[in-house]
Amino acid sequence: MNKPLPVITPVSAPYWQSLEQGALSYLHCVCGHRWLPPRPQCPACLGTDWKWVRASGRARLISWVVYHTAYHEAFAAELPYNVALVELEEGPRLITNVIGCADGRGLTAGMAVELTVEYEQNVPLARFRVAGTVQK
Amino acid sequence: MNSLSGSAVIAGVGTTAFGKLPGRDTVSLNVEACRHALADARIEKSVIDAVFVKVPTSQREFMYGQKVCEALGIQPKIGGAWDQGGAANISLIAFAATAVATGQIKAALVCYADNPRTGNKQAYQRPCGDDAVYGWFSTAAGYAMIQQRHAIEYGDSTEALGAIAIACRRHGSGNPHAQLRLPLAMDQYLASPWVVEPLRRDDCCLVSDGGAAVVVMSAATARELGVEAPVPILGFGQCQTSWDLQLRPSLTSTCADISAKDAFRMAGLQPADIDVAQIYDCFTITVLMTLEDYGFCPKGRGRDFVADGQIEIGGRLPINTSGGLLSETGMPGLQLVIEGVRQMRGNARLQVKNARHCLVSNQGGTMHTHSTLILGQ
Repeated sequence: MNKPLPVITPVSAPYWQSLEQGALSYLHCVCGHRWLPPRPQCPACLGTDWKWVRASGRARLISWVVYHTAYHEAFAAELPYNVALVELEEGPRLITNVIGCADGRGLTAGMAVELTVEYEQNVPLARFRVAGTVQK
Repeated sequence: MNSLSGSAVIAGVGTTAFGKLPGRDTVSLNVEACRHALADARIEKSVIDAVFVKVPTSQREFMYGQKVCEALGIQPKIGGAWDQGGAANISLIAFAATAVATGQIKAALVCYADNPRTGNKQAYQRPCGDDAVYGWFSTAAGYAMIQQRHAIEYGDSTEALGAIAIACRRHGSGNPHAQLRLPLAMDQYLASPWVVEPLRRDDCCLVSDGGAAVVVMSAATARELGVEAPVPILGFGQCQTSWDLQLRPSLTSTCADISAKDAFRMAGLQPADIDVAQIYDCFTITVLMTLEDYGFCPKGRGRDFVADGQIEIGGRLPINTSGGLLSETGMPGLQLVIEGVRQMRGNARLQVKNARHCLVSNQGGTMHTHSTLILGQ
């Protein structure tokens, strides 16, 4: 059973291309606002004068949950697994997984995490590891 | 106090049975609930010139409000369906009250029905867009994310969340119409299995089939028609976070405080004036945060407010006196308004003695939307 994959659109394609190159990119408007997920108008000024910027990959943990229920068959074998909300040091927040602690033990609020690109069915995903831990 | 306060009333209420209603479509459940509400108000269908419908959560249909009107045999001046999740019930009552007050309409039906229990539960288990590949699914998980952050910012509230579940389950246990009539003890709550940690099974509301409806008209129309037990609408408010979890500035403060402030200001009341409350309990964390955001206690002190039976019958502020979403029916919110009406009429099964003001909260999505209603006598 395959996991549901992201729907890559002309607007979001650069995000996924950036991950293929190992970097997480976000949108940065001339008004100063920075955002994810990709959308064609700046949600602050509604303008379209923005560019893609590569993030450092450093982020901090805002919150997380641990699934003990599989809402999709593809995740049944992974239980328990965590889903986390992280904030990039540049500002945008995103939903992700923190790797190396599937059951969430050891996670603490505000802890530093670092981008690790992992692939699911040939799609590059922006996962994070606890900062200072070694990538597998 | 605002001049609109008390100008509109809830003249009648009605529901279908709750629980499993196999083979019933949502339009017919709406019609059944509306028929009961009209009978309760003792008015003819011909008085109704507006039909405000909250869309069924489990299935979206084009022109759904018009389908309900057709089945009701009503050609309304104002009619349609509104998508705001669970906040829509009170929002629609507020729109109806405003339309009544401005003379646009004479009397409105506000109704909701759904059949996710025997029909399609997908709405509650859905993948969350492009984030589903990370395993991000379900309504419950969003509330779990909020609950975790609340514990981070304000400390652990596990036993307080248990106290909320225990209160709702106690109040629903004697309700013959309740879907889940099993009382709950703290040790059972703590042993309840994780769904999405830190959410336990007993933190989560029911999934239910059923319908509910209320009739809204002006106080003057109610007098003119001889409505027996009209319940005045003293105040209402709405406010929305609107944005998805990862985009909100804060996970632990919604816009519920603004919704409540508007409702209290309109009614000329304060939290201390509220005798009984029906607080939207899709998950126990929702109740804790709503009590805090409404000013019943300082932010982060909800755990003290709900302790020691203070939110149970006989306590300082009894909540969800017919069982709420956790016990009576998982219907998203209109049953709370109806129990508020019973409390103000003085004929609730667990009647709060001398209750003069009942507050009702509704909210939708993952705390995306919020609405507040204050009823009087």
